Amino acid sequence: MMSLLQFIPGAGFHQKHLGFEWGPGDLLVYETNYKLQGIRPRSAGSPSVHVVRRDEDICSPILRKLFNESHLIFVGLQKIKEDVPSKNKKSQFVSISKNYRSVIRACMEELQQNAGKRSPDTHHVSILLAIELIWNLCEVLFIDAAPAGSLLLHLLDWVRLHKSDVDARAREVLQSDSPAQHQSYWDVPAGTQTLTEFDVKWRHWHEECDRCLQDNTFASNRHLETICKILVGDEDTLLEQRELLSTWYHFLVTRLLFTHPTIKPPDLHYYAQSSMNMFLGPRASPEPLDIILLSAFEFDLHQVIKDCSIALNNWWFVAHLTDLLDHCKLLQSHNLQCVSHIRSSYLSYMHVCVSLWQLAVDYFDHCPEFGRVYLELQIERVPLDTERKAIKVLRICEDRQMSEQVRSICKIMAKRALRNNRLGSALSWSIRAKDAAFATLISERFLQDYSNKGFFTDLDLLDNLGPAMLLSDRLTFLGKYREFHRLYGEKRFSEAARLLLSLMTAKIAPRSLWMTLLTDALPLLEQKEVIFSVDQTYELMSCLEELNSGTKDLNQTDQDEDIESTKTELLRLALARNLAMAIVKEGTIET
Amino acid sequence: MDPTAKYISQKISRTRWRPVPAGLLQQPEVFAAGSWDNESNRVSIWSLGDNDSDTDGEFDEEPRLLCDSEHDGDVMDLQALSLAHVWERAHRYSCDNAPCTAVVCRSPELVSVGEDGRVILYKADQTEVVRVIENADSSTIHAVTFLRTTEVLTVNSIGQLKMWDFRQQSDSPAQILSLTGDRVPLHCVDKHPNQQHIVATGGQDGMLCIWDVRQGNTPFSLIEAHSAEMWEVHFHPSNPNHLFTCSEDGSLLHWETTSGSDMSTLLQRGWNSRVVSHSGVPLAGEDDSVVSSWLAGDSSKNRLEATHMLPSQTLSVNSLDVLEQCLVCGTDGEAVYVHRQLPV
Repeated sequence: MMSLLQFIPGAGFHQKHLGFEWGPGDLLVYETNYKLQGIRPRSAGSPSVHVVRRDEDICSPILRKLFNESHLIFVGLQKIKEDVPSKNKKSQFVSISKNYRSVIRACMEELQQNAGKRSPDTHHVSILLAIELIWNLCEVLFIDAAPAGSLLLHLLDWVRLHKSDVDARAREVLQSDSPAQHQSYWDVPAGTQTLTEFDVKWRHWHEECDRCLQDNTFASNRHLETICKILVGDEDTLLEQRELLSTWYHFLVTRLLFTHPTIKPPDLHYYAQSSMNMFLGPRASPEPLDIILLSAFEFDLHQVIKDCSIALNNWWFVAHLTDLLDHCKLLQSHNLQCVSHIRSSYLSYMHVCVSLWQLAVDYFDHCPEFGRVYLELQIERVPLDTERKAIKVLRICEDRQMSEQVRSICKIMAKRALRNNRLGSALSWSIRAKDAAFATLISERFLQDYSNKGFFTDLDLLDNLGPAMLLSDRLTFLGKYREFHRLYGEKRFSEAARLLLSLMTAKIAPRSLWMTLLTDALPLLEQKEVIFSVDQTYELMSCLEELNSGTKDLNQTDQDEDIESTKTELLRLALARNLAMAIVKEGTIET
Repeated sequence: MDPTAKYISQKISRTRWRPVPAGLLQQPEVFAAGSWDNESNRVSIWSLGDNDSDTDGEFDEEPRLLCDSEHDGDVMDLQALSLAHVWERAHRYSCDNAPCTAVVCRSPELVSVGEDGRVILYKADQTEVVRVIENADSSTIHAVTFLRTTEVLTVNSIGQLKMWDFRQQSDSPAQILSLTGDRVPLHCVDKHPNQQHIVATGGQDGMLCIWDVRQGNTPFSLIEAHSAEMWEVHFHPSNPNHLFTCSEDGSLLHWETTSGSDMSTLLQRGWNSRVVSHSGVPLAGEDDSVVSSWLAGDSSKNRLEATHMLPSQTLSVNSLDVLEQCLVCGTDGEAVYVHRQLPV
């Protein structure tokens, strides 16, 4: 838990009580109306709401690398198939664990290079050191689950690896303390002998060392005697080398090396506890890291996770480690809720860095219980600044069949396009969402433009609607209406006439536009040539009558009524004339 | 050989090689990367270190940052130019700025297109824009490419290709091409380096279309290349039998003809195409082969093979550029991948 005192400029906390509200990653602070007792207000209060955000250490470039690289490993881990036999899987899990650790180490090295410049970086370095230490131990004890014999070898490696981080010089001295004969001794347990054979040999050797000590063989040379005592595993001598050992777990491993090299995993905790007590002494109390390591030595995985969550304040580590342990089937069922909780905490932690929303999606996908719900809520809140971003968000939603979110995002983008008068864009968004209602809206807008201006805009769109025309009736009408105008322009009158009629008879055209359509028919009726046939003329007449028989619009002014009735008269006249000519034409037998 | 990855802590929207002088047969060393979706975006220039490989031919230099600068808004496109200039508010709506989606340059002229449907022509040394085609498109124009010195081709979000001739006074396109089926938005376009009438486009459904702009209203070939939006398509500039595409689905494909015939005859006759993964082992959760829609042609002789260039499924690959034997691409996973030994 961090505690910091931050003065918020402008918030008159000298005068009024401040109120606050928690947000997902930040805090909203505002002035209330409650004055502080006994203070006379000096200046007018500030009406603003202040957003207090935690310092974006999560957004630091180096930590972002950690998140991105580990995300790739995480996704790869989820893809490991269930049916692979467990022995092969174990080696895969170990290599994944090593991948995670190498990412941590790379991050740590980079932070160390930049360490001088920013103090938060040194803080991160020490946290990452601790994380890698714990992770490595968990890998040895739980994931690799080294059996007796090789267990100590792995622990030796573990200690050596982390010892070298701290003090390279000490390592040199340490190496001089372990004589060469010891190294060759350790090649043996690797394969050629069984554990008991090795154990027998080792005991024999140990007894010999002991005898040397008793016989005072090395009495002349104090250094050699010390070395011999170490080889025998004399605890007091080892403790004397405290500076070189520097940590209790190094002491533990050294002690085991010289007293119980064939240590079995279940026996580990006894030595761990006693080593810690001996090393730290009666006055020093163990730090959180020590307790975590001790729990690991005791094979209490649940405790390790719990303590890590509390002590380290780093959800990244806990989330990824528990996920890996879960895949190794090492967590009990009652821990799964824990896993879910941890993962959601990691996600809300990541939320602080807004750019990481795409990474978060994969984690949501693998959140056992509420992942889908959280994702739905989260994805709607990603700001859609450009079309490209909206397209990416849409792809995420479509891949997961989140149809409601698809519809709402497309609608937002379509509305925005419409507001900016980009009718083509608006239409393309409606097509993607298969939103018939919005397509109708767009068509209405086109028709409105047409009646205002007298011509169609955006012809490139209207002339090339293609199958999209079928999305909504109004859109179909719009496309066909434009086609009528085009046919007329190309002087293909009979086709144009047929199309115009079909728009009304097939009820594609809305009733409100029938008068416009009929008026469009006037020039065709007025042509010298007869274009509409007898049947077509009868149909036009019935359309006109149908239009007039409808209830009168009460909002119409007298002037409008006059115009309407004039139009109707004109049409009736034109239709009658056309009918006459058509009858004559059709009745005439061509000779 | 696997490409080297470098995590640069920002999501990459565009990467472009700095052009090497023609005829020198040098490998490109410097590339630019633009970021997006950050509170403060940057354009950064990276260098790959020296060109000489070790005795065993291994390049293990990671890209080093040379310099970077801040950029307002997302970096949508990058082009190399010798002069620098800023044209403010070139793309706009009536009350707001509109995103400019793509820029192409053929020195000294530049053309930009945007979400406001404008096509704007600039000259590198002039502060005023040379020409604006207002209302070039009622939808967003996603990409633009030069066909000839005075002609450009644009693609938009209702699936149309439009050819514009700047010699003409009128503001309408010289030609419009589109698919007969669904109007799928097109996101990228590239012209064949030698034959100006052959053009490749990629769209929202991941289909790669090859068009002949001289004839007809329909593309020559349609290939199911990707399972999500295709962001960029590039013919290899010196060896056009190779084509590269990258997509939102996290893959970068390298297409090449395996028969003796070159790409143009192959395109006219059609092909049978197969997608293979990088190492020959299928990636987890993926089909082993994808057979494209088969258009007329002899199946046995003409084959088009595609290989995955990236080792595993990453987040969306937003951009790629290819020059000589080097390929650079950038992903939403904040990583830049550089491949220095392309088999071209």
